[in-house]
Amino acid sequence: MNMQSNSIPETRVEAQGFFASPVMPASRLMYWSVQRELWESRSIYIAPLAVAGLILFGFLISTIHLSGKVRAAMTLDPIQQHDLLAQPYDFAALLIMATTFVVAVFYCLDALHGERRDRSILFWKSLPVSDITTVLSKASIPLVVLPLLTFAITVVVQWIMVLMSSAVLLGSGLSVATLWTPLSLSQSWLGLLYHLVTVHSLWYAPIFGWLLLVSAWARRAPILWAVLPILAISLVEKIAFNTTHFAAMVANRIAGGAEAVTVPGGSPMDPMTHLTPGHFLASPGLWIGLAMAAAFLAGAVRLRRSQGPI
Amino acid sequence: MACIEARGLRKVFGTIVALDGIDMRVEEGRILGLIGPNGAGKTTALHAIVGLTPYQGQLRALGRDPWTDRDRLMRDVCFIADVAVLPRWARVSQLLDYVGGVHPRFDRAKAEGFLAKTTIRRTSRVKELSKGMVTQLHLALVMAIDARLLVLDEPTLGLDILYRKQFYDSLLNDYFDHNRTIVVATHQVEEIEHVLTDVMFIDRGRIVFNRSMEEVESRYLEVMVRPEQAAAARALKPMYERQAIGGSVLLFDGADRQQLTALGDVRTPGIADLFVAVIGNQTGQAQGAAR
Repeated sequence: MNMQSNSIPETRVEAQGFFASPVMPASRLMYWSVQRELWESRSIYIAPLAVAGLILFGFLISTIHLSGKVRAAMTLDPIQQHDLLAQPYDFAALLIMATTFVVAVFYCLDALHGERRDRSILFWKSLPVSDITTVLSKASIPLVVLPLLTFAITVVVQWIMVLMSSAVLLGSGLSVATLWTPLSLSQSWLGLLYHLVTVHSLWYAPIFGWLLLVSAWARRAPILWAVLPILAISLVEKIAFNTTHFAAMVANRIAGGAEAVTVPGGSPMDPMTHLTPGHFLASPGLWIGLAMAAAFLAGAVRLRRSQGPI
Repeated sequence: MACIEARGLRKVFGTIVALDGIDMRVEEGRILGLIGPNGAGKTTALHAIVGLTPYQGQLRALGRDPWTDRDRLMRDVCFIADVAVLPRWARVSQLLDYVGGVHPRFDRAKAEGFLAKTTIRRTSRVKELSKGMVTQLHLALVMAIDARLLVLDEPTLGLDILYRKQFYDSLLNDYFDHNRTIVVATHQVEEIEHVLTDVMFIDRGRIVFNRSMEEVESRYLEVMVRPEQAAAARALKPMYERQAIGGSVLLFDGADRQQLTALGDVRTPGIADLFVAVIGNQTGQAQGAAR
């Protein structure tokens, strides 16, 4: 009975593989396309891991002064306590985020250029994977993979930092609560995840889209082609109208669109005040940016279809 | 249904006409040799067939439009380009995983079997392999795919004779059956002429010769004549004449075999000699027209 019920689905799977028109599900094509990006661009995870290692090494040395710092913090009010103790944790998160952003920029510039330069595009295109799948899998690295990786690495690094600190505090006879309570890490992790999704993925999407488009189009030096048009437009605008709207718009985009992400006047102490998804989702800057990102990616798909090796 | 069908296939790069209105039809189960000088349009034609380049005119491969339907077409078509295109950073095992992941007709065990006959290790990266090994690897990947059409563009370019021989031997013995179609563009005609069923010469974007091998064998004759017989032989209107040690070699289209036997040694010409004759005449005509 049991054996029979086991054997039926098996034969069905075999029969499907044999008789049905062989088509790979889109999710499987996407999975392997992303996998190949991770194989090719190992800096996606090596760079943030290396930075994480350096942070932990530096922090380990800094724990020499930790018990003194915690004793000093105990005399302060809660806001100052948090600011003092959370500072190395915020700095670690910031460093890892900055690293993955730089990795994302260089990844995008090379993503559709490298395969044309080394002619491997002829191999990739000899397989039944559409240009849309390929471009989307490449876009998913800065938009999905790197933010999630940043979050995971930051959480692990901060967790190890807390464990190292706790060991030191216990060794010097202090309660771990003197550190854990003002840090409120789980709240700051929620804030971090929110920041990564809103700013690094959604708000920066047009930046990555633009870089991928340039990477698909440029025959050489994609980094120059990514930057020069922006400088040129800013310059022409300045000379023609003596205004700097375009440059300000680009700067606002890169700065993370602070007014769209946070509410002005929110208390910096409480990480929860940063989480204003309603305000963020209602900001036109987000939707204009996403529309531009979609247009850039559509352009990259078209270019990949017609561009050969260079 | 024809495997490949083209009508008025045309491709222009700027001012250069790469394909000048090609008509061709390749039936299923054939092995077609596409032969032409450098820059004749071979690669462009093959790229059009596998959907790598847009074109003017009509083209169908396995009933599909290669340009608009590339990703679906490539489920049934394999392609080896004229340059090493395997990504240099990839490990052999990664390529096996990836092709197995995206290709519905890839048989990994078969690929492993082909690789077992070589010295290629699974952990090697492509950049660590020799040129010949990269070609072996690519061929192993391609032969493990149960495709209906295999398109090869100078697949053995730059390889030594041993690898070249191995390449075509395994292609014929381990891969080809009469349900598959192979189109191969090459310069190295001598090595593949005995495996071809059809031959096509392409020159300056046009197809100038298109015959099955049976037709070639029944129509074309080559005769080696001594100088004193040369005049008599020339009277029979050879399509081409070349000098060899001890006499002239004259190439005839549709001549009477017995008549030729009286003049000297008669044999079926090699594809290379036929190619020189056809392309040489074309060039001569073109120059004549220009004058």
